[in-house]
Amino acid sequence: MAKEMIKDLSLAAGFEEAAPRLPGSDVAWLDALRAQGIAAFRSNGLPTRRVEAWRYTNLNALAKAGFAPVRGDAELDAVPDGAALALGDACRIVLVNGRLRHDLSSLDQLPDGIAAVGLAELLRRSPADLEDLIAPAPEGRDGVLAALNDAFMEDGLVLQIEAGVSVDTPIHLVSIGVPVAGQAVAFHPRNLIVAGAGSRSTLVESHIGLGEGSYFSNGLTDVTVGKGATLTHAKLQDEGAAAFHVALVRARIADEAVYDSFVLHRGGELARHETHASIEGSGAECRLNGAYLGTGRQHIDNTTVIDHMAPGSQSSEVFKGVLAGHARGVFQGRIVVHRDAQQTNGHQLNKTLLLSRDAEMDTKPELEIYADDVKCSHGATVGELSEMELFYLRTRGIDEATARDMLVSAFLSEAVSELRDETLVSAFAERIAGWVEARHEDRTEKAA
Amino acid sequence: MALLEIRNLHVTVEDKPILKGIDLSIDKGEVHAIMGPNGAGKSTLSYIIAGRDGYEVTDGQILFDGKDMLELEPDERARAGLFLAFQYPVEIPGVTNTTFLKTALNSLRKGRGEGELDAMQFLKFVREKARPLGIGDEMLKRAVNVGYSGGEKKRNEILQMAVLEPVLAVLDETDSGLDIDALKIVADGVNALRSPDNATLVITHYQRLLDYIVPDRVHVLADGRIVKSGGKDLALELEAKGYAQFSSAEAA
Repeated sequence: MAKEMIKDLSLAAGFEEAAPRLPGSDVAWLDALRAQGIAAFRSNGLPTRRVEAWRYTNLNALAKAGFAPVRGDAELDAVPDGAALALGDACRIVLVNGRLRHDLSSLDQLPDGIAAVGLAELLRRSPADLEDLIAPAPEGRDGVLAALNDAFMEDGLVLQIEAGVSVDTPIHLVSIGVPVAGQAVAFHPRNLIVAGAGSRSTLVESHIGLGEGSYFSNGLTDVTVGKGATLTHAKLQDEGAAAFHVALVRARIADEAVYDSFVLHRGGELARHETHASIEGSGAECRLNGAYLGTGRQHIDNTTVIDHMAPGSQSSEVFKGVLAGHARGVFQGRIVVHRDAQQTNGHQLNKTLLLSRDAEMDTKPELEIYADDVKCSHGATVGELSEMELFYLRTRGIDEATARDMLVSAFLSEAVSELRDETLVSAFAERIAGWVEARHEDRTEKAA
Repeated sequence: MALLEIRNLHVTVEDKPILKGIDLSIDKGEVHAIMGPNGAGKSTLSYIIAGRDGYEVTDGQILFDGKDMLELEPDERARAGLFLAFQYPVEIPGVTNTTFLKTALNSLRKGRGEGELDAMQFLKFVREKARPLGIGDEMLKRAVNVGYSGGEKKRNEILQMAVLEPVLAVLDETDSGLDIDALKIVADGVNALRSPDNATLVITHYQRLLDYIVPDRVHVLADGRIVKSGGKDLALELEAKGYAQFSSAEAA
């Protein structure tokens, strides 16, 4: 047996039993995709740290937890106030354990020119429309979790923004994990986002957990940003403390298009947000930004791959994080500039503040450049709070704990300021402030 | 009892003696100046008074209002009424000047058992203090000291002093890097805060600042010791003759 795989295959258990109940089970191309996905998982297993793309993220705990596909509906009558991001009157689409809940969603508030439908509903109603949109998982060991999504995909959001439409109000996808007693539930939401040519819109995701137990969210989102379109895609990962969250976003970016993404990690026991952006057009802009807040024994992984395939486009990445306790952070940022992608601009920055001696950060930039006329840069720093800044604040009467919080908040505010929309800036800043405050109270209690 | 009483203070940094027995006593209502050549220990003295880490007191004590100051954390010293204007004010990216000043003032007010000022009350208060220093709203909104010119940084130190109303202000080389106009603004700001209830310790290399902030006593610090004390005329004498007399005395 290869050392690149974890032998435990319990995540695949129950596939044969579950398959007939999954939507689109009578559709040949989908059946084939599911079969291919489960076969890929069974032959490859979960990747070990010998697989380069998973070198810093150990999935043993995920394998051991015995997650199985969710059965039955979770009981949830309302989305608790303040659980999701505060986005005012945004149209809400709510998934509970991966399943779209019409009763909790406000699909009737969809702006004109935007269509949002559940994947399960479309797979039952008109699967043929989806055949070209649902692309198989990447082959090999890197793509095993995506292959698992291929096999088990059940529901998710299919969002289509008509060409030329411009909408300020964000579409808010709220994914709620609800642990089920006696069951370690796994769900594999699949989202398809198509931004038509020249459109301008915003998709925001809130991933939150209710209750104490564990669950596993294994999402896959395919994004297509059409010619001249701008899509802002922001995400809050604030899963339950014992939850596992793995998400892959595959974005295809056309000529003159802008894909502007941001992710804030705050929750989960193990979380990985992975973006593969393919810049297929010229004059396009790809922005992948993020912030991460880790404490306790949290593990947070941000992995990005940007493929510059066409000339004259730019990409930029700013990821900033704060790690306390025994938290561990990972940033892997790969930029590939293909031979034809002359006059590419690519910039990448990863900065981490470690608030304790036991916190750890692994950061790995990777530039692969096959064109000769490009500007690419990367930078990474891992450090502690500045002794001089702390001293300065304290000489003004500010106690040490408050001074530390001020500097941590200031450090993170720079990451959030990468968001270009004021509503989003304040919604995410509020989440960060809440985290800083909770830590402050924690420490004050311990000190008392 | 003097407001600040430094007795036989010996300080080492990384086992190297920097201050070698300082005695200094400042009463309320007084302005003292400490002058000295580079490397005399002037900045060490200001940092040890403010409570910076990395300095070891091997002998002596600092009493502030009769209390042992060396036992207090830097923020406790500030709440007790001490203020240090930094020679090199520290840049704090991401924290606006307003937030910084408000947090600091409210910490001090809390320490004194007074209520905190809300955002509106604070803004009114800070604008009044900022106006004479030529600091407008735009500068209040910027991140603390980030991108400020040398003169702006020093004026910002004096603004903090005006807002926090210390009992003892230590000005560490506040004149360095200032042109004459900026120097006057800063000196006016300091003089406006002088009262019978507080005191100021001006640490400087040059006599120039003392034309504007006129001291009651002048001390010469050389090689970690106060080698001479006198009235304000001592500063003029130093300006004329330089520090060489003290250094050579040491060497001999």
